[in-house]
Amino acid sequence: MAKIVGSILTSHVPAIGRAIAGGLQGDPYWKPLFDGYPPVQKWLQEVKPDVVVILYNDHGLNFFLDKMPTFAVGAAPSYQNADEGWGIPTLPAFPGDQDLSWHLIEELVEKEFDVTTCQEMLVDHAYTLPMKLLWPNAGDSWPVRTVPVCINTVQHPLPSAKRCFKLGQAVGEAIRSWDSDARVLVLGTGGLSHQLDGERAGFINKEFDLAFMDSLVKDPAWATQYSVDELIEKTGTQGIELLMWVAARAALGTDAGSARLLHSNYHIPISNTAAGLMLFDSQD
Amino acid sequence: MAETKKRVSIPGTTLFDGEAARKGYALNQMCYSFNSADNRAAFVQDEAAYCRKFGLNAEQRAAVEARNVLALIAAGGNVYYLAKFAGILGLDVQDLGAQQTGMTKEAFKAKLIEAGR
Repeated sequence: MAKIVGSILTSHVPAIGRAIAGGLQGDPYWKPLFDGYPPVQKWLQEVKPDVVVILYNDHGLNFFLDKMPTFAVGAAPSYQNADEGWGIPTLPAFPGDQDLSWHLIEELVEKEFDVTTCQEMLVDHAYTLPMKLLWPNAGDSWPVRTVPVCINTVQHPLPSAKRCFKLGQAVGEAIRSWDSDARVLVLGTGGLSHQLDGERAGFINKEFDLAFMDSLVKDPAWATQYSVDELIEKTGTQGIELLMWVAARAALGTDAGSARLLHSNYHIPISNTAAGLMLFDSQD
Repeated sequence: MAETKKRVSIPGTTLFDGEAARKGYALNQMCYSFNSADNRAAFVQDEAAYCRKFGLNAEQRAAVEARNVLALIAAGGNVYYLAKFAGILGLDVQDLGAQQTGMTKEAFKAKLIEAGR
């Protein structure tokens, strides 16, 4: 059966794409962010995952309001990046893993997650930038196959933290029951606290972010006590992207002992966002 | 009786729910079209015609013309789509934040840095 090697949780701010395109990694503004990633890159060189299941949210590249799935799973042979409206250079296409896609779909629906399946899917900065941060020297060909699991954070009602935790748990169980010798990484992208819209724009909550990060080590279900509205009050309208972190951590297991924290980083601000990074290895 | 959903009123915050999604559909559809560079160019070439093509209502058209983010949100705009419109105008998310909070961009950026202390 397939093995989950670990889980990486990271922010995915679009401006990171501009910084990468402009070669600004060593710039004083950007250095505290980019300096967080080499320990994770080194770990990836050692554990060598074959496939990455990426839990992320689309920002109006693949999905519009005409059809807005709560949970969508990609089942494409490859996933293209495309212009999101700002003309930032696109990254090379990501190879898919259709066997794992369909196994995930079968298992998730069996567990009553009635996901939307996508045999064509464009992936935006929430997918591409974390991958570029993890494999900065990938060039034109990524060293891993990928499977997208997209969670709606655009249009309310959003799925609750409790539901996303269960989704992550189900994704983890599905990977472990996949008849393959593949080594699988689970990547969750988004957050942490930030708000782009309204008079409260610029809202950041360092105290809550740090408590949330700590909870993923000690009590991974901690955030599920809060409703979506309560989480937005505490983290901002886009801070709710912590849902992807909740899900990706739950994929490793639901108790503190299921994963070990190997590395973390936290920096304010990147653009309007508190940027976070956590690396867990699986203890199962 | 059905259980009432626990809602929290958050000052300075509009949640993009079904009501906003219905109200803002045309505006958001236009902004979604700006993923394409050709469409961005078409908007710049003839803004009024482009807005007509998508059937913006008077409130949406006025908010677009005024480049007013709070008015765009009030007209049903969703920030993820509006960000694509902001891209045409050459505005980044600090520009948007400054405009919505009535601060200068420098003051808004200073506020973000302060949040990290």
